[in-house]
Amino acid sequence: MIRAQSARLNRKKLWGDPFVMPTVIVVLLFLVLFILYPLATLLVDSVYSADAGLTLSVFRRILDLKRFRSAFSNTLWLGLITGFGSTLLGLLFAYVDCYVEIKSKPVRRLFGVVSMLPVVSPPFVLSLSMMLLFGRTGLITRTLLQIYDSNIYGLHGIAIVQTLTFFPVCYLMLKGLLKNIDPSLEEASRNMGASRFKVFTTVTLPLLLPGLGNAFLVTFIESVADFANPMLIGGSYDTLATTIYLQVTGAYDKVGAAGMAVVLLCLTLVLFLVQKYYLEVRTVATLSGKASRPRVAIADKSVTVPLILFCSMVSLFVILMYISIPFGALFNLWGRDYSLTLKHFEYMFKYSGFKAFRDSFVLSLIASPITALLSMIISYFVVKKRFRAKAFIEFVSMLAMAVPGTVLGIGYIRGFSSGILGTGFLQGLYGSAAILIIVFVVRSLPIGTRSGISALRQIDSSIEESAYDLGANSGKVFLSVTLPLIKDSFFSGLVTTFVRSITAISAIILLVTPQFLLITTQINEFAEKGKNGVACAYATMLIAIVYASISFMNLCIKRFGISKSAKGGG
Amino acid sequence: MARSKGVRLEHISKVYVDPQTEKKFYAVRDVSLDIAPGSFVTLLGPSGCGKTTTLRMIAGFESPDEGEIYLGEEPINELTPNKRDTAMVFQSYALFPHYNVFDNVAYGLKLRKRPKQEIKERVAAILDLVEMAGMEERMTNQLSGGQQQRVALARALVVEPGVLLFDEPLSNLDAKLRVSMRTEIRRIQQKLTITAVYVTHDQSEAMSISDQIIIMNGGEIAQMGSPMNIYYQPSSEFVADFIGEVNFLGGICQSVEEGVCSVLVNGRTVAVDTRTPRKAGEACTIVLRPEAIQIAEQGQLPCKVELSCFMGSYQNYHVRVGDTLVKITDNCPVNKKIFAVGDAVCISFAKECAHLL
Repeated sequence: MIRAQSARLNRKKLWGDPFVMPTVIVVLLFLVLFILYPLATLLVDSVYSADAGLTLSVFRRILDLKRFRSAFSNTLWLGLITGFGSTLLGLLFAYVDCYVEIKSKPVRRLFGVVSMLPVVSPPFVLSLSMMLLFGRTGLITRTLLQIYDSNIYGLHGIAIVQTLTFFPVCYLMLKGLLKNIDPSLEEASRNMGASRFKVFTTVTLPLLLPGLGNAFLVTFIESVADFANPMLIGGSYDTLATTIYLQVTGAYDKVGAAGMAVVLLCLTLVLFLVQKYYLEVRTVATLSGKASRPRVAIADKSVTVPLILFCSMVSLFVILMYISIPFGALFNLWGRDYSLTLKHFEYMFKYSGFKAFRDSFVLSLIASPITALLSMIISYFVVKKRFRAKAFIEFVSMLAMAVPGTVLGIGYIRGFSSGILGTGFLQGLYGSAAILIIVFVVRSLPIGTRSGISALRQIDSSIEESAYDLGANSGKVFLSVTLPLIKDSFFSGLVTTFVRSITAISAIILLVTPQFLLITTQINEFAEKGKNGVACAYATMLIAIVYASISFMNLCIKRFGISKSAKGGG
Repeated sequence: MARSKGVRLEHISKVYVDPQTEKKFYAVRDVSLDIAPGSFVTLLGPSGCGKTTTLRMIAGFESPDEGEIYLGEEPINELTPNKRDTAMVFQSYALFPHYNVFDNVAYGLKLRKRPKQEIKERVAAILDLVEMAGMEERMTNQLSGGQQQRVALARALVVEPGVLLFDEPLSNLDAKLRVSMRTEIRRIQQKLTITAVYVTHDQSEAMSISDQIIIMNGGEIAQMGSPMNIYYQPSSEFVADFIGEVNFLGGICQSVEEGVCSVLVNGRTVAVDTRTPRKAGEACTIVLRPEAIQIAEQGQLPCKVELSCFMGSYQNYHVRVGDTLVKITDNCPVNKKIFAVGDAVCISFAKECAHLL
């Protein structure tokens, strides 16, 4: 082994640093305990029981359940439809944004708002407004169109809501790719006599294909993992995520739920691996070049007018859906009595509103600095350090992205309800505030880590090396150089975690105990009871909180962000 | 600077694994060096020759696979970069973009927990030395490339390291600035008598700045010596070719007398100084610098002009001697005869100006 000496010296240097190894160990422990361990518990639970030994009986049992079989095919259908719909709609928006001349400023702003709205919006919101607009007492269906038996519950309802929720993600992804296509490629094709449509089908589309696949899979995973929308607007159309929840809360069958969770986990995991290690690599490979100069926008009216009109209508529709939420809270009885009232808000605060806001707020507020710091530390290790556990740390923290919230929730129930490995150790964790905070952290970690990694990759590593060389240990380097240089990413990690936590529901709904009230679970509860007005009041407040946090973040980044200078340095 | 330390590398090797083929290869192979305290040593070579890896092993960013590195008398293999008494000036300057000039330079002193007043005085003194006094409050992105490099130099100097490391520090500057900065670096190094190890691929930079040049090729040392020694007595064709323009004339050694070798080239005999013992009948190569050759109607070797090109400070000729193309730079051509393409001419050179391989 010729490399033995350097390996030994590198190890020695790593241990000689007072910051690296202790932090690595803490991070490893956290990841193993709160991501790997609960998932592993689920796997073991579903194939092994104390009296029967190694067995597949759980799977055999749930396969016999008609409910499970239909939920499985429902989930796949929903994923397919939503995936296709979102990708197509996202592509259309991205194309219009990058290729078509949009003269009017308001339309541009409209697209900007719409692309942001669903990304930051709480779950439920679109489902709620879907019911308000198209439900049995819907504003459009009943009041305007006089349809009395409209049924929005079911596959079509969820698919529409999910498509509208997820297409902005595709839009932003594809927009980034389209911007990277060098316009001279298309000009060359046009120059050789291709029509605009031919250019699109023979140049643009093939270049974009891996990216489209990527967008499709990302939304597919999101759709399959989505809990809130099928819960609210699914009616009798159950997906795996909701079935698992009902299996726990309705049938009290935790083992069966664990088996189903394993099935759902395998599904998302396979999709995630294909997306991450097959499509993402190809996307980068085909579109790595930077556009050399701006593209000449299409000004041909026969192209621009229909496209812009369609996109504007979709945008206006989404905005209408958001606007109907506060009105849902302000009208006396939606569908019958449209007089303005504050009674839903009064009810909310009298009932338990204050506690729900306080609990949600405090828990999310605690989770966000932990997540932001942890994800920055992980990305620092991943990008700047070399050690053996590095690939493992990166993989596990990204893996959390592929784990549906419901699965994580079941994993925590199985893993922690009677202490770790059933020994009673750390049993106090279960049902406490701490476990809710940990779930928030785990759920937001992949996003923070991803943004941290991409921010760090842009920073010339010799900046850190020079600090190291001048006598700073890794901890000092991280605090005095690295963190200040990626503070934009840190800030956005802070706010993103806060927003995601305060709007989270899927994992939390399984773990929350009566001593905590959360806004999202309250919305779910009231919407299920048919008290849409109160649900809307909660949702309105939630939207306001989210909007305020995002504005605050943008303000902070504008005021304190200087990362630009760091990027120019290399 | 009294603290200045020597650097010793004993049989240092560094092995990398090609990520694609998983094959191991030596980035640095069996390199031994002894750098005296206070001297300026340059590692010079084409890209991929192992010079930067060697420098980074001295700094501690890479660990050697074989051998031991000493700083002064202390073995430092196991020390992390922050524990080593070195300071590095990076190619990209690597200034902290979130600090101003003062805080950048003071960074190392603050880490060493020096008192505030001392930090202030030392930063002021060092900024004065690099001619950046009065710029303390500037942010680094408000500085030109040359100024950034001065700050980077000040930041490394202010901690009074045992050895100063330079990783191609001038390659991001434009040509004129490069020349003035290298004189500046040399001036400061001489004034502080600090040990400096300098990495570059620019041979004129290496020549003008160093006490010793170490030429590296394929991870190994090709030659070590003073700039003049390396230029006029290259030990191999690689070294000769890498340092400046050169011509190689193949010939046969006929006789050696008192350090002068008679060589048969293209049917004529020429005299060349030699330092190594040679035998008659042996094949050899004459190393000739283009500026050491005279071109005239009469001379040692007849040949034909194939290119004649006015370059301003010199006339550039290509002539053919037998099969070999010989490049000649004829300085200050204004009061000389200019030959045209196709002219039959002769070239000659003094025996001290040629070198025999």
